Amino acid sequence: MKKWIQRQAEKMKKNRFIFEELVKRDFKQKYKRTALGMLWSVLNPMLNLLVMRMVFTHFFGQQTPHYTTYIFAGNVVFSFYREATSGGMTALMSNSHIFTKVNVPKYLFLLSKNVSSVINFGLTLIVFFIFAALDRVPFHWKFLMLIYPVITLLVFNIGMGLILSALFVFFRDTQYLYEVFSLMLMYLSAIFYQIDTFPADTQKLFLLNPVYAHIRYFRMIVLNNTIPSLGDHALLLLYAALFLGIGGLIYKKKNQQFLYYV
Amino acid sequence: MAIIKLDNVSIRYITGDFKDIGLKEYIVRRLTGNYHVQEFWADRHITFSLEKGDMLGIIGANGAGKSTLLKAISGIMVATEGHTETHGSIAALLELTSGFDGNLTVRENTYLRGALLGYTREFMDRMYGQIIEFSELEQFQDRPFKQLSSGMKSRLAFSIACLVKPDILILDEVLSVGDGAFRVKSETKMKQILESGVTGILVSHAISQIREMCNKILWLDHGRQITFTDQVSLACDAYEEFALTKSIPKTEDDLRKLANAHARRVAEEQLKRRMSEAEKLQKMLEQGDSAAAEEAALNILKKYHPDLLSQQNAL
Repeated sequence: MKKWIQRQAEKMKKNRFIFEELVKRDFKQKYKRTALGMLWSVLNPMLNLLVMRMVFTHFFGQQTPHYTTYIFAGNVVFSFYREATSGGMTALMSNSHIFTKVNVPKYLFLLSKNVSSVINFGLTLIVFFIFAALDRVPFHWKFLMLIYPVITLLVFNIGMGLILSALFVFFRDTQYLYEVFSLMLMYLSAIFYQIDTFPADTQKLFLLNPVYAHIRYFRMIVLNNTIPSLGDHALLLLYAALFLGIGGLIYKKKNQQFLYYV
Repeated sequence: MAIIKLDNVSIRYITGDFKDIGLKEYIVRRLTGNYHVQEFWADRHITFSLEKGDMLGIIGANGAGKSTLLKAISGIMVATEGHTETHGSIAALLELTSGFDGNLTVRENTYLRGALLGYTREFMDRMYGQIIEFSELEQFQDRPFKQLSSGMKSRLAFSIACLVKPDILILDEVLSVGDGAFRVKSETKMKQILESGVTGILVSHAISQIREMCNKILWLDHGRQITFTDQVSLACDAYEEFALTKSIPKTEDDLRKLANAHARRVAEEQLKRRMSEAEKLQKMLEQGDSAAAEEAALNILKKYHPDLLSQQNAL
């Protein structure tokens, strides 16, 4: 038993080294080629926000207080989700030249991709708070609760990334299908509109969308200054656990088969 | 205790239309019954074991299942049937320059590769200087990897794998690296490593290299195990004969016959060569070109009987 623990500890240490080196590599790959580097990844959602604000204020802005912050909350969360998952999708394929030659835990590739999207998300969050302050949103200690949806969303993204990256190995058109899917998901995430006008039952259906559930949590804290119910917390946790579980299972089952498909 | 033990190992591979098709295509093909996957055994019933310090040479034509077997030993693949057992850390060099990233610097790539081979950061910190020195890339440390020549790339890969001390070292066609000088250096290094008690597996098409470095031979043909033996020169002789005649030995006896045939062939060829040299010499003499004939005769003597020549000089 003691030996087993020792071996596991050694394995963890080795994997940590691989993980760190992979993160470094992914980071350099990502930012080396863009002129503005990291700034661009912050600028991108901001430009997006600007357009949305300009266009949709006319339609929805009058009824929604702090409309800029309202859109921005949706946008920030959704961009995080989209970036992490569509980046994660290629994690396995783009490293196939490694895992077909070296025995290395394959999930590390996905985790390392997720690190840079988390850092990006952190940066955009800072911009988000600056905008919220400009929008005269009152700050409150409850903002600290935002750490909860960030963690569940991160885990959810990893789970989704596991599923997508495996699918992408088996089916090469996953990328295009997923683009269509994520566009639909975006419209269903109530980023620039409010769902109040829908009947109550339809409103519940929106919660089936994990990304929307996270956006809703964000807005409740930032705009309504209320901590969501225990049920809401459970829902986010359920999504994270469910998708991580499915993704992990696929990796475990298909671990030996990826090799044949690349 | 055996360091590597394979017990009746079989590995099944699949090929077919499933690669590079999309989900839509897959569904359509499934529905129309047009989806075909072929399975084949890349390796069938392979059994052998290696002790500490052994160096196994795996020989066989292309498609014999050598690389697949190495993948199973290094843990990249899992045997479909049978059982593999390894003890200790494994450094597998299956394709030298794969896994490097062209945009990273030499230094960064060295650490990444070290990490992938399973070494710790402290270990790499300690060894980094030696690795760079051995690969003779001191001036290139902070250059992007893609700017290196292919010889330099494989030199780096070789150095990383060899300067660290694995318990098991797996080399797939990687010894013929770099220019002449580096090749000598790397072979010396390999011998040093082998003498230090590492257990190695070497796949090479250069039979002379196998003869020189290995003490055990595994011969594969179309996934089947032809022989596993410690009679290296016998197996190598037989294999060289097989490469010409394509006859596969079924028993130990066949093996010996093949090896004998090879010895005969070598002797015959030598005889033929000497005969033709003698003929040439004769012709020169007939033409009366004695100076040229003398020179040619001396050359022949130098080649086959240098001892005679030195005696003559002494006289």
